[in-house]
Amino acid sequence: MNEKIVARNLNVMVDEKPVLRDINLTVMANEILAIIGPAHSGKTTFLRCLNRLIENQPGFSRTGELLLDNRDVRYWDVDELRRRVGMIFATPVPLPGTIFDNVAYGPKLKGVRNSRLLAEIVEKSLRAAFLWDEVKDRLFTSALRLSGGQQQRLCIARTLAVEPEVVMMDEPCSGLDPISTAQIENAIRELRAYYTFILVTNNVKQAARVSDRTAFFLSGELVELGPTAQVFTAPRDRRTDDYVSGRIG
Amino acid sequence: MITRPLLVQRLVWFGLALLTLLTLIILFFIIGYITVNGAPVITPEFLFTMPERMGKAGGILPTIIATVYVALIAVVVATPFGVGTAVYLTEYTRESLLTRVIRFGADALAGVPSIIFGLFGFILFVIRLKMGWSILAGGLTLAVMILPTIIRTSEEAIRAIPEQFREVSYSLGGTKSQTVMRVVLPNALPGILTGVILGLGRSVAETAAVIFTAGSSLRLPKTILEPGRTMAVHFYILAREGLSMERAYGTAFLLIVVILVINTLAYLLMFRLTRRLK
Repeated sequence: MNEKIVARNLNVMVDEKPVLRDINLTVMANEILAIIGPAHSGKTTFLRCLNRLIENQPGFSRTGELLLDNRDVRYWDVDELRRRVGMIFATPVPLPGTIFDNVAYGPKLKGVRNSRLLAEIVEKSLRAAFLWDEVKDRLFTSALRLSGGQQQRLCIARTLAVEPEVVMMDEPCSGLDPISTAQIENAIRELRAYYTFILVTNNVKQAARVSDRTAFFLSGELVELGPTAQVFTAPRDRRTDDYVSGRIG
Repeated sequence: MITRPLLVQRLVWFGLALLTLLTLIILFFIIGYITVNGAPVITPEFLFTMPERMGKAGGILPTIIATVYVALIAVVVATPFGVGTAVYLTEYTRESLLTRVIRFGADALAGVPSIIFGLFGFILFVIRLKMGWSILAGGLTLAVMILPTIIRTSEEAIRAIPEQFREVSYSLGGTKSQTVMRVVLPNALPGILTGVILGLGRSVAETAAVIFTAGSSLRLPKTILEPGRTMAVHFYILAREGLSMERAYGTAFLLIVVILVINTLAYLLMFRLTRRLK
């Protein structure tokens, strides 16, 4: 297994305030890394650094290295970087328009015009996100009429349609019921062979269920990173222990 | 003092209902008065023939055509500038002194009386740029006049697009211009159209700004470089010179109908657009 993403002494400031401090971590290709931690611990910031969405924020600065395939993200062409590193947001955000339009949006940006090819990509992506059977008869109806869980799987399909290498998920199940959550976790497990996953979650049990390794962030620092089983059963750091057992956070 | 919530509620309800009723009465009185006086004048002959004896007799065909020309030029010219400015202000700059100056300028322009625009258009387009009294000069003057309206309504519409839509587009590898063209503008379209329609309505109804720039010729304008008299100007001249109150009311009635039709069409269009997006 090779190192897909490497952070070395990554420091991020927003408006002169440190949001991430001296982060050192490696994400291996085709693993599922869970990032847990309380609110404002820097989890989302870390994801937004990876696909450089954070650059849209005024007052942002960073030092240290953040590499994708051994090349700092800041040297990647930003659109190319974002195609390689897909992102699923906490609340599902279908764009106004049909289900088909949503999934075809990314490929169209890349310049795919052929309607047969687009249809193929849409089907493949919806199947991969376990949504195809539920929507195949209404691809051309509004995406906003889907349920919350379906919308989130649509967002997953939309991200997969641009064929990313890394899929980042920012609390993808925070607004969903247990059944929808199970469907999404199921999708993640099925897709792990093809993608590298970074799963930010506030749901400690979810991290335990799906991930290979878990990183615990607290106040912008990486407290602990290890195999998920170890982090949850035998954490090395007191603070991790307190958090996973529910004493703080 | 004993307060009686129920009584207060009723009083407030009664007061508000009364105010609404008064507004409606005034509005319907104006429309009704003009309809009663103007509607009987409207005949095919009135609409489709040339005026005779300075408008004392005959129809108003050239004024209808001049109005359509002038208003279309205004909207066609002002829309790209207005929407472009709004996109620049919202998507391509951060809040700064410059954006505040532009916004302040647009607001100040929106408050300028239209006769000032008329004089400005006269000096710039008619004299300086040697367009003479012409449909083109009138249309351009109106374009300047409705620009602030289009800028501000478009800006509001664009600002109302959730930031998440943009982030989704960026996160899928979309460039700034792709995001603007494919996500921001299509979703802001109903709001942008509102501004354009407001501008169109103002252009159709404007008198002071066009009388100095498009002139008041009653000949049928064949090209946009010829002068023309819009319906609003025609109404003004007929009424002021006391040429024919009957025909003035006919023109006024037609103006109101045109504006109603424009607004209705706009609402239908917007309804269809928003339904497609839902």
